[in-house]
Amino acid sequence: MTQIQLPSYREQSPEVRARFERLKTRPVILEVQDLCKDFDTRQGRVTALRDINLTVHRREFVCVIGPSGCGKSTLIRMLAGLETQSSGQVLLDGQPVSGPGPDRGMVFQGYTLFPWLTVKQNVMFGLQVSGRSGLPEPTALQWIDLVGLSKFSDAYPHQLSGGMKQRVAIARALANQPRILLMDEPFGALDAQTRGRMQAYLLDIWKNIDVTILFITHDLDEAIYLADRILVLKAHPGEVQELIEVPVPHPRNPKQFLSPEFLATKARLEELIHPPQAETAGLSEDHLNMVRMVAVDDVVPEVY
Amino acid sequence: MSAQSWFAVRKELSPKRRMFLGILSFVIPLAIWCLVSYVPFIWHPMVQVTDPGSVSYFTPGMLLEHEVFEREAEAAKEKGEAQPTGEPANPIYLPAPHQVAKAMYTAFTTEPKRRDEKWLHESLGNSIYVIAMGFLISSLFGVPLGILAGTYDVFSRLNEPFVEFFRYLPAPAFGALAVAVLGINEAPKIAIIFIGTFFQQVLVIANTTRKLDPSLLEAAMTLGAKRTSLLFRVVIPGIIVDLYKDQRILLGWAWTYLIVAEMIGASSGITWFITQQARYKNFENVYAAIFMIGVLGLTTDLLLAWIGRRIFPWQRSIAR
Repeated sequence: MTQIQLPSYREQSPEVRARFERLKTRPVILEVQDLCKDFDTRQGRVTALRDINLTVHRREFVCVIGPSGCGKSTLIRMLAGLETQSSGQVLLDGQPVSGPGPDRGMVFQGYTLFPWLTVKQNVMFGLQVSGRSGLPEPTALQWIDLVGLSKFSDAYPHQLSGGMKQRVAIARALANQPRILLMDEPFGALDAQTRGRMQAYLLDIWKNIDVTILFITHDLDEAIYLADRILVLKAHPGEVQELIEVPVPHPRNPKQFLSPEFLATKARLEELIHPPQAETAGLSEDHLNMVRMVAVDDVVPEVY
Repeated sequence: MSAQSWFAVRKELSPKRRMFLGILSFVIPLAIWCLVSYVPFIWHPMVQVTDPGSVSYFTPGMLLEHEVFEREAEAAKEKGEAQPTGEPANPIYLPAPHQVAKAMYTAFTTEPKRRDEKWLHESLGNSIYVIAMGFLISSLFGVPLGILAGTYDVFSRLNEPFVEFFRYLPAPAFGALAVAVLGINEAPKIAIIFIGTFFQQVLVIANTTRKLDPSLLEAAMTLGAKRTSLLFRVVIPGIIVDLYKDQRILLGWAWTYLIVAEMIGASSGITWFITQQARYKNFENVYAAIFMIGVLGLTTDLLLAWIGRRIFPWQRSIAR
């Protein structure tokens, strides 16, 4: 097999470069400064995240990616205010945040719709508890329409499929008109086909309304397909490894999965997240032991 | 099509089979009871005299032990006098199903022996009143306290250690105290039901509240819900279905305290009826009354389950 020669993931076409330059002049929405998180465990102090710095501009789409245990969920939970940082700070529009609030909407991996409320009531929830002006019901119906679930506005969550539930969760978070939408592996529990469709929906929504998105995933393709920039973390302790500007031009479509820019970015991510030597060494050792343990039938002595 | 196995591990049987087995669960004990009652050679340790013959103290319908009957019959035979006759019978405390079934009806139509005594339906009404009041008062305090303890650690720490201790104190032990404080009528009985239910209720409901999925609370907080809206818009609706289920189980416990409660002070209600009938040796009435408690308990529970399915439409099925 011959290695296809890929361009560097740093190579950007003039259009992409121009877009990134425009992007950087937009107002800053979210600023993360020297954010650290330690946990006290029985084995002592464990640093989950160390010195995270990140600046997110308005209407930007940032993905956070990293191996399991790198603290990406902890990071987004701190941004949401569900966990407190050990040091450092998070600024939203220049103001430090403390505690959860409706200005940072969140979509969770698990389905967190309120099972006792209909789709419409779920979307109205935020509007009602935060005492926003305007009529909650027509507003809610607009958001439900946006995610294409008008027909189901009176259904209960248990009557919906996984993808539909997450669309409601997105509508529910957006109905509050948050400054930033935080998404913690929102499509992780969906099957591949539904996930693809949800990614397209999300890009559509992002294009059409004024929203900034910070999206956690462990799926490399998902990160490249969705993001303007990808924050790559490494584990133990969780630190920023690289902040990649995705060279794939907008608007995105699934055909780009095989474009050179896409593959180059993916190759780079693979390199960062799955360092080549460390894993294969251990694996081959296990392999040998396994072969010795299992008796091989004469009929099919060799799988190849 | 091959038949589905009756013994598939953790597989639900078809509705038809479930119904069939449900009925069978009642039919089997009833069948055993019938066998023991109607088939003479199975148990029947007694003899019921049909004709006293020459034995002076025998009367028709009298129940005797086998030995006594044989001895007297032998004696009469030796003297050449008329022998008594009798048939095998069960002891008086085991009436046959048909007798109890009849008693279920006649117990309601029989006038009380004395003017100041109550009809059965009045006794039953009295029991239901005591249960309802005891359970209501307990729930009035127990449900809010349980929810608070399950939601806020402050309440949990402040309450639960004491409640945990108190629930081991047997409710009937407070009988004498309750009478001394509250008199001999309904009040001490209600108090016993309250004591028997309340402490369990606080713990059970606190536990149910703790089982609420924390991610629902987190989601609500990111949507802007604060203290009171979290409690009233998330915690309470989030646990209401399980809370309703708990209440059904707790009501069952309240029923088990009824008999003890009613024996305190002036005996009343269905317990009074049972002790009175046992004194007259009308054991079929005793059984009838016991069954009535069972029937009442089960119908209330089924009724509550049915209501539950209607008032919580988001629940696909509320397990029985």
